[in-house]
Amino acid sequence: MEYDKKNEQTQQHERQKMNIVIIGHVDHGKSTLVGRLLADTHSLPEGKLEEVKSRCAKNARPFEYAFLLDALKDEQAQGITIDSARCFFHSDKREYILIDAPGHIEFLKNMISGAARAEAAVLVIDAHEGIQENSRRHGYLLSMLGIRQIVVAVNKMDLMNYSQAVFDRVQNEYAAFLSQIQVTAQHFIPVSAREGDFISQRSSIMDWYDGPTILEALDEFEKEPASVHQPLRFPVQDIYKFTAQGDDRRIIAGQIETGQLAVGDEVIFYPSKKRSKIASIEAFNVPTPPKAYAGQSVGVTLFEQIYIQPGEIMFRGDQTPPQTSTQLKINLFWLGKEPMIFNKRYLLKLGTARVPVWLRQINTVLDASELNTELNRRHIERHDVAECVLETLKPVAFDLTTEIAQTGRFVLIDNYHIAGGGVILDVARDQLDLTAEHVRQREKNWRRSRITASMRQTRLNQQSTLVVISGPAETGKSQAAQMLEEKLFEAGKQVYYLGIENSLPGIDSDLSHENLRDEYIHRLGETAHLFTDAGLILIATVSDLAEYELNILKTLNRPGDTVVVGIGSKTLSDPLLDLDLNETMNTENASTKIANLLTERHYLPEYYL
Amino acid sequence: MNQTETMTQLDALEAQSVYILREAYRSFKDLVMLWSIGKDSTVLLWLARKAFFGHVPIPLMHIDTNFKIKEMIEYRDRFAKEWKLNMIVGQNVDALSRKQTFPDGGLGRIDCCKKLKSEALKHTLSGEWPRWVMNHTTGSYDKQENGDAFTGVIVGARADEEGSRSKERYFSPRDQQSEWDIAEQPPEMWNQFNTDFAPGTHIRIHPLLDWTELNIWQYIKREDIPIIDLYFDNGSGKRYRSLGCAPCTGQVESTAKNVADIIEELKSGKFSNIAERSGRRQDAEDDGGLETLRRDGYM
Repeated sequence: MEYDKKNEQTQQHERQKMNIVIIGHVDHGKSTLVGRLLADTHSLPEGKLEEVKSRCAKNARPFEYAFLLDALKDEQAQGITIDSARCFFHSDKREYILIDAPGHIEFLKNMISGAARAEAAVLVIDAHEGIQENSRRHGYLLSMLGIRQIVVAVNKMDLMNYSQAVFDRVQNEYAAFLSQIQVTAQHFIPVSAREGDFISQRSSIMDWYDGPTILEALDEFEKEPASVHQPLRFPVQDIYKFTAQGDDRRIIAGQIETGQLAVGDEVIFYPSKKRSKIASIEAFNVPTPPKAYAGQSVGVTLFEQIYIQPGEIMFRGDQTPPQTSTQLKINLFWLGKEPMIFNKRYLLKLGTARVPVWLRQINTVLDASELNTELNRRHIERHDVAECVLETLKPVAFDLTTEIAQTGRFVLIDNYHIAGGGVILDVARDQLDLTAEHVRQREKNWRRSRITASMRQTRLNQQSTLVVISGPAETGKSQAAQMLEEKLFEAGKQVYYLGIENSLPGIDSDLSHENLRDEYIHRLGETAHLFTDAGLILIATVSDLAEYELNILKTLNRPGDTVVVGIGSKTLSDPLLDLDLNETMNTENASTKIANLLTERHYLPEYYL
Repeated sequence: MNQTETMTQLDALEAQSVYILREAYRSFKDLVMLWSIGKDSTVLLWLARKAFFGHVPIPLMHIDTNFKIKEMIEYRDRFAKEWKLNMIVGQNVDALSRKQTFPDGGLGRIDCCKKLKSEALKHTLSGEWPRWVMNHTTGSYDKQENGDAFTGVIVGARADEEGSRSKERYFSPRDQQSEWDIAEQPPEMWNQFNTDFAPGTHIRIHPLLDWTELNIWQYIKREDIPIIDLYFDNGSGKRYRSLGCAPCTGQVESTAKNVADIIEELKSGKFSNIAERSGRRQDAEDDGGLETLRRDGYM
């Protein structure tokens, strides 16, 4: 095949690339170590070293290797690294991107941005100053970010007369700390970044050390294999239909986090629980592939045209499903300027889902530098690490971090910016269901008139209910609803057809209206509650209702009843449907069937027809 | 896209860039992609066609300084038509008419860049200045006034180009004045980006941040992307390594006649250790010149 040949040729030219983050406390020599690595491996542009050296001479400053990185004027002036800078270099084995992360506490968010991109880390500790606050905090954050491969560079050995005793003390103390957080460093390496000892070359000066140099230790890191053998997790990023460009494909787009998929696979989407089958894998400028794997950004088309939303997770019917809940027990690090507080709405980004979220409970707050825990805290401060419970507005799909890391982590948005991040430990108890809580409050505060539901029932000669008709678009739902309304009206019933489903984003919309649809479902639920409380029969149609959407509708409509009718519905399972109609049935028959059901269930008196 | 389990470096870069482009498209109603006609933003445009399965649902913007190398404009219009791009052009008409430029002798190189690029970009993005939009029926550009401000701007910057670019996020917020507050950038982790923005601010999006110059050429080769031939030696023993305005962009001595030659030159040949922008004279004019420009909104 032409494509494969082309691909093979390119592969020969491509070398492995690895992201490494350099972290540690401020002034412990991270930038110097990186500068030294670049210089010693001849990775600097020609003339750069001489240029920086001559600039130093001109300004009567001693040359430092760190200056090679501090390309920004701000940083040279202050002598500290503000943001993670990326440097490219290569060893004989592979290419590296070195991320020089800042060590100052002020810039912890920049350190995290740098570290979150890394596959492995070099943690630098100053032998002279010893272990400092951020040596520990950074170590802890690495484990939370999911970075398992670490080497520790004990730097500035030249200042300590290259003493093995000093090195051993730092090593023992820090290894003990790491073991508390279940992390093991692959190596502790005594170095002097300034003098170049054990960075890329061994030196006879520390003959008591027989381990690898920094460069050798980097080459020892293993490339983590793509997670193709885990269950499929495909977070739906978007749904495209470029109809205006004459393209009729409806493409579900996203990046496969774990696992693999193939044409013909049965797939399920969480949290909507809708099912379909992969019809094709779409691609541009290459033949359409039969399979796709973890790490690839792909698009698929489905056999059944179901309505799903960005943010759902697609998985394979024959594999372990993800979790779905509104209650998340999490480990969180907070970076926002404002503390995280109760009763404030934040935005959760988890996989491709974006959902409003509230902080419900703080279990413990950890001082990540000392590993002391605090109980009874009422808010989470900047740089705190907290175990707490979050509640989302609607269910989200996810995995526990211990099972599938990629779909078990999230960030929180406060005031337009990412203000925190964390991992999901467990599903918390579901006692606080937000909608149910809202309804409890609503019913408690509702001022009841002296006219009771049974008085209305007697006067109107009917029992109130919401009749919700669901199914795919264009199956005659609204026609059936209208005819049902006319029939009941002719028979003297108090009935209303709420015909605004066309304002809902339909199956063919190519923009994401995720929050619009949730808002619609909520408003419909509240509106239905007013109608049923007034003793009326409300008929509404909603395309492709998901199970959790139906639950929200039913809950909001309480204590009113809800009757669920499916027309050609493939999205709701049988037990949820009071009546399941075939989409080929004509409008007359469909409306009669629904009217009969209402009679059977005693919403209408038996003699009405 | 590769068809096996193991992804090559280019596969991984492509997948990440496509993810970022889709994330941008999903998040911003008023999204635009800057197309300088150079190799990087042309690769970016190609990645958009990958991300959206042959379509480019995002408008492209080119800031025409009026001093661009002539072939660049011809190339731009040819592919705008062929790929049915929503092509927008902006220009500092005022500075040009008053001859406030370096080639006209009115300004130094850096100030000329500020006028013709930074200012033109800022005001064309905001909609304050007119835009020229390609009319695909007539094949020429129609003037458009009072356009909406773009809140998401996709840019082809790479971290290996120059010091300040290595500090960019994939999604970098810019304030009302288009300024870049490097110390106060919000964090970015895993595949989660800052896609929310306060009123009056906008976000710069950098899908190519992790690519190197070599990666760009390897990808051009793999995908057979039609790149402008100014990059190749046409027999004079000279070629452009980086494209810009004719008066400030020099050619380099090179006999690379095609993409394969360029890759070879970058890997082991004469350019393996020389910075790409060495032919761009504005960088040399003051210490950290490009950083000064970038804080001010330069791309």
